[in-house]
Amino acid sequence: MADTELTGAEIVVRCLRDENVKHVFGYPGGAVLNIYDEIYKQDAFQHILVRHEQAALHAADAYARCTGQVGVALVTSGPGATNAVTGIATAYMDSIPMVVITGQVPTAAIGLDAFQEVDTIGITRPCVKHNFLVKDVRQLAETMKKAFYIAATGRPGPVVVDIPKDVTQHKCAYEYPHTISMRSYNPTYKGHTGQIKKAVQMLLEAKRPVIYTGGGVVLGDAAEQLTTLTRLLGFPVTNTLMGLGAYPSPDPLFLGMLGMHGTYEANMAMQHCDVLLAVGARFDDRVIGNPKHFASEHHRIIHIDVDPSSISKRVKVDVPIVGDVSHVLEEIIKHLQAEKGQADQQALKAWWAQIELWRAQDCLKYEQKPGVIKPQFVVDKLYEVTQGDAYVTSDVGQHQMWAAQYYRFNKPRRWINSGGLGTMGFGLPAAMGVQFAHPEAMVACITGEGSIQMNIQELSTCNEHNLPLKVILLNNGYLGMVRQWQEFFYEERYAESYMTSLPDFVKLAEAYGHVGILVEKPEDVEPALRDAFGKYKDRLVFINFLTDPRENVYPMIPAGGGLSDMILV
Amino acid sequence: MRHIISLLMENEAGALSRVAGLFSARGYNIESLTVATTEDATLSRMTIVTRGSEEVVEQITKQLNKLIDVVKVQDLSDGSHIERELMLVKVRTHTPELREELKRMADIFRGRVLDVADKTYTIELTGPGSKLDAFLDAIDATAILETVRTGASGIGRGDRIMKV
Repeated sequence: MADTELTGAEIVVRCLRDENVKHVFGYPGGAVLNIYDEIYKQDAFQHILVRHEQAALHAADAYARCTGQVGVALVTSGPGATNAVTGIATAYMDSIPMVVITGQVPTAAIGLDAFQEVDTIGITRPCVKHNFLVKDVRQLAETMKKAFYIAATGRPGPVVVDIPKDVTQHKCAYEYPHTISMRSYNPTYKGHTGQIKKAVQMLLEAKRPVIYTGGGVVLGDAAEQLTTLTRLLGFPVTNTLMGLGAYPSPDPLFLGMLGMHGTYEANMAMQHCDVLLAVGARFDDRVIGNPKHFASEHHRIIHIDVDPSSISKRVKVDVPIVGDVSHVLEEIIKHLQAEKGQADQQALKAWWAQIELWRAQDCLKYEQKPGVIKPQFVVDKLYEVTQGDAYVTSDVGQHQMWAAQYYRFNKPRRWINSGGLGTMGFGLPAAMGVQFAHPEAMVACITGEGSIQMNIQELSTCNEHNLPLKVILLNNGYLGMVRQWQEFFYEERYAESYMTSLPDFVKLAEAYGHVGILVEKPEDVEPALRDAFGKYKDRLVFINFLTDPRENVYPMIPAGGGLSDMILV
Repeated sequence: MRHIISLLMENEAGALSRVAGLFSARGYNIESLTVATTEDATLSRMTIVTRGSEEVVEQITKQLNKLIDVVKVQDLSDGSHIERELMLVKVRTHTPELREELKRMADIFRGRVLDVADKTYTIELTGPGSKLDAFLDAIDATAILETVRTGASGIGRGDRIMKV
């Protein structure tokens, strides 16, 4: 069975091939030179050379987010690994399946403060699902298999495989295990039938129900089941920032996003519901705000999640169901159909009437007057021009919230943003990852002038690979979200939130070989976008939209507040 | 409330740091932690004594279970169990009275004098943590030169068995 002996470096490449990996994002260095030499000799997968390791991680991460496959990144030891840490933590917070291969100094040099040595296992331990240091080439193939298995199953997450340089030189027979079983790791797949029955009963007894779903529904590929269940019940549904796209936004049952910058109707419904079905969501601080305030209203809560530790962490729940969300939702649908049961229609009607009153607040309204461009208007127009069919990545801040609020996501895996860690600099490399996964798709990176400068060097990578993505810069000259908090909570003392000396972004884009467009007037917004996706379809277009510097994101729940403490426009 | 948690984990390099790191990263408290291999050399057994509300302890056990290397977790406080801790105490015995007194106290607490030197005894004592505390309270505090405790090890009573 076993082949003739291979070096560790050959084994790494063979494992990636056997995992059917098509793209690896990375940056070479001393400790991984043997691996790069083997990459040079093969064409089973493409290696994409980024300009900074952080970008390799974000690109691989977004690749995983938009495809559901495990993203792969490869970096060298020491600074290669430390530069990767932000990207690893970003993926960890959003439960993204990734395998990160890091080079390490030779085993004999470990612990001796060798050149480019860092304790990668120690540094990454708190922000990985798991990590491995491979000290023996005979364990390399099995470890790689475990890494892919752990990354992709259960609650997904990044796995680091740290490989000392000498291990990439040593030889052994290669055999890639077909399957793996670990006594210490067996994620629960099937939900408990008794609990599912209880949940069905509770849903049928609901008078003021809400379905609240998060990133777990997207990651668990359960959007279809969610849509079926929601329509079967006729219940209102809301998504978290990470869950957008799991339910088609234009649908009348959809209340919009909830949370700190969620809609009035979603937050009010969440606060005042009597039965809450939470699916693949974790009641985090940006979603329900203060848990005490949330608990001040009586709710009966059903919580479905693949990770038991997400259940009853911030909010005590009544019916916990641990399992794969798509499987559990399917079971619930089956039971509902078998029982032919329906919730109290009269109560539901009254509840909807109340929700419509909240919705009538029209909390996302804004007015685009002549003169200054409203950032919301740009996102609205982007939606129109792309007919809601683009992959949208974002950075972090006001523009991220406007993208989430105004680009009405229809499908899962289209909205790619760093929700958990909130990593500025994520958007551009993420857009690269998406464009590699879907070369024909429209990809837009909605960003701010603060965030874009955190990984702007990747415009060079985009040039090398002719990536036709579009950078939608909402440039208000401020670190907008910081400015907004300073306006609201720091008596308008704008400490270090104003960005002077911005570069000429048009010239900068051109310097990197791309098309740059400056847009200063509302009437030029749509034509510029049409050019970007039309005339310049095959080019990277960087549009610098000068937007209203005083615009704020509404509604807003102040940090520590409760769901019904919203600041409206 | 005080909880005593037992876990079995893969005997891999760095396993202890994963557990210790989890406790510090999430702000859980560790009163004591002991670890050693079991009769099966591929497995380590750890006993952790912690304090926290029911919710916090529930999270602790869930988070421990989530660690990839952890094979089994059991909150021993959920049922009847035995716990034992070992303590070595070096005491001053420069007067005949102290020698006699400390020997007597060691006997009462079923301890043993392991080392006898000119001016010191080293006493070994085993028992639940509270018994060791009681011993330290019972002897003349000024006689204590040094103490070292292992932290608690725990095991379920009777049929309560934690094994892979």
